Amino acid sequence: MGELKLMKGNEVIAEAAIRCGCDGYFGYPITPQSEIMEYLALREPWKETGMVFLQAESEVAAINMIYGGASCGKRVMTTSSSPGMSLMMEGLSYIAGAELPCVIVNIVRGGPGLGTIQPSQADYNQATKGGGHGDYQSIVLAPATVQEMYDFVELSFDLAFKYRIPAIILSDGVIGQMMEKVTLGEFKPRWTAEQIEQMSGSWATTGMKGRKMNVTTSLRLQSEDLEKHNNNLQAKYRTIEKEEVRFDEYMTDDAEYILVAYGSSARICHKTVELAREKGLKVGLLRPITVWPYPTKRLQELAQKAKGMMAVEMSAGQMFIDLKLAVNGKTPVEYYGRMGGMVPSPSEVLGALEKQLIGGANNE
Amino acid sequence: MAKVRGAVVVDTEACKGCSVCVVSCPKNVLQLNKQVNSRGYNYSYMANADECIGCGNCGLVCPDSVITVYRAKE
Amino acid sequence: MSNINDIIKPENLVYKKADALSDNIMHYCPGCSHGTVHKLIAETLDELGIQDKTIGVSPVGCGVFAYNYINCDWQQAAHGRAPALATGTKRLMPDHYVFTYQGDGDLASIGTSEIMHAVNRGENITVIFINNGIYGMTGGQMAPTTLVGMETSSSPYGRDISIHGYPIKITEILAQLPGAAYVTRQSVHNATAVRKAKKAVKKAFEVQGKAIGTSIVEIVSTCSSGWKMTPTGANEWMTENMFPNYPLGDIVDKSKPKQEDLEQFPLK
Repeated sequence: MGELKLMKGNEVIAEAAIRCGCDGYFGYPITPQSEIMEYLALREPWKETGMVFLQAESEVAAINMIYGGASCGKRVMTTSSSPGMSLMMEGLSYIAGAELPCVIVNIVRGGPGLGTIQPSQADYNQATKGGGHGDYQSIVLAPATVQEMYDFVELSFDLAFKYRIPAIILSDGVIGQMMEKVTLGEFKPRWTAEQIEQMSGSWATTGMKGRKMNVTTSLRLQSEDLEKHNNNLQAKYRTIEKEEVRFDEYMTDDAEYILVAYGSSARICHKTVELAREKGLKVGLLRPITVWPYPTKRLQELAQKAKGMMAVEMSAGQMFIDLKLAVNGKTPVEYYGRMGGMVPSPSEVLGALEKQLIGGANNE
Repeated sequence: MAKVRGAVVVDTEACKGCSVCVVSCPKNVLQLNKQVNSRGYNYSYMANADECIGCGNCGLVCPDSVITVYRAKE
Repeated sequence: MSNINDIIKPENLVYKKADALSDNIMHYCPGCSHGTVHKLIAETLDELGIQDKTIGVSPVGCGVFAYNYINCDWQQAAHGRAPALATGTKRLMPDHYVFTYQGDGDLASIGTSEIMHAVNRGENITVIFINNGIYGMTGGQMAPTTLVGMETSSSPYGRDISIHGYPIKITEILAQLPGAAYVTRQSVHNATAVRKAKKAVKKAFEVQGKAIGTSIVEIVSTCSSGWKMTPTGANEWMTENMFPNYPLGDIVDKSKPKQEDLEQFPLK
């Protein structure tokens, strides 16, 4: 069975990678996620599992090392925080275009620009709407606990390889820096060259022994080819939207008002629901676990009977737009959020809910 | 003394008529043909076949690898 | 005097196209150095018998389609990032041969960070660097390697050092780095040069097999279309103008081809 430990969110990401059979980590230091790299450096996984660890010269290099490693059918991961993610967008677009699997962790901090090292969710649009150039998506998982930080690493690898798509773990400085109990899973062996050949031999650049050459590329110079490629990508994204939506609900059965929040905002809203219930207010919470694909269908169902919904996020209404699109006018939708590294309190959220929705002051 | 004789075979359809082989030939064997291939290039050919010594220079410098060289002693 | 068909026989073959080259007609302009360098790589893969354990990384630039011509596994990198892809690949596939194929815009301008640090780490990769002093693919703009006074589409009155600075000798800079095991500058403008360049390319892959650091082969090249010259005229211009700025020859050679070294690294 698993091993129960008290660990920091960032450290758990590193431990999860080692235990789930990750082949390589390439990253660049940036607050508030540097513990991931430091933990790996101290832990020396190359001695234990053969996992490669390399501190790159920049985030640009790190994501392109990932591009190279992913091209070989290897399970590779990088981690960063917001300004570093901006630098990685070029490589991410190429990886998405070349249809390669990889895992990227973003411990989001406040922006724009250098912003602050305090927690934020302001990279929601970047993560869920592609982020770089071109029409592409990444699967985006938003953990709300240290345990989920652990669990989502292996899940991300599984989803990334199932669909040959980048998977992003969209977390923030709250969960990255938080210590919580976590159950660590068993060690799983890294894939052998034979396993990789069997699984990914049709596309991975593992040397053309006994087969035709493979090329990992995003280049399709002929417009007809590129449109066809884009259509294939979009078809894949529609499948993922159908198959891979994950969410969690808290007291939504009888809820008249529903908070919608992910990651650390969802933790806060969880408490808000309890405070509201103490006051006799029928409030529930829907927590998207995948922010892409977004739990649109479930939100539509809830909108049929809810008196109102409110997006709560540590950003300027980025997820709010997805909620509005999902609800499509079926019920009033409001937004409450903080920015710049400020974290809302549960009572603050309740106050906003009462003022903007329950008090009838909304003008939707 | 045995005379060394060479022969150059040009893939005329793939040749782009760059002339790099023409100037590399120590015996002035190669020239560009007045005829063009289907892609419109004046392809290289042995204008002076008897002089070829099969040194291989033309093959070495050909950017498009369209030249095959043979050599025999008579 | 024998008939020419008596000479054209398999037993008389002295030069033929490399097996590792595909039958695709190259998209390069007539006389372009890319094609010549491609075949030297292909011949090397053939001769070392490493075609099925070689992974190439193609650049952005005319060489982007190298994978259409050399038959081995390929990755297509973003502009300048090939050494990063090669690093990720080689670290995870240390028993494979990994090489990048990069132009001067790719390696010496947008990708300086990636190449500098890859070489500084002594990544066991081979870098084939095509330096023709111009951006060929995008229409002949000025490159960091463009000669002083050289006219390009983005320096139509000639490269002016007061505006654009000096031609960068990136290979000499890379040669300073301790991770560089073999650094050489060659060209492919005539048969002698091609023979030397072939030796250099082959040696670069052999050095990679010994895992003693990065091997770099710069090929001073022509871009007759970008330079607006005939292919043979471009070769002459290169000899007169490029070679004084970019002198040919080995810059660093830490390889010691002793028998025990070869036995120690069983890659081949």
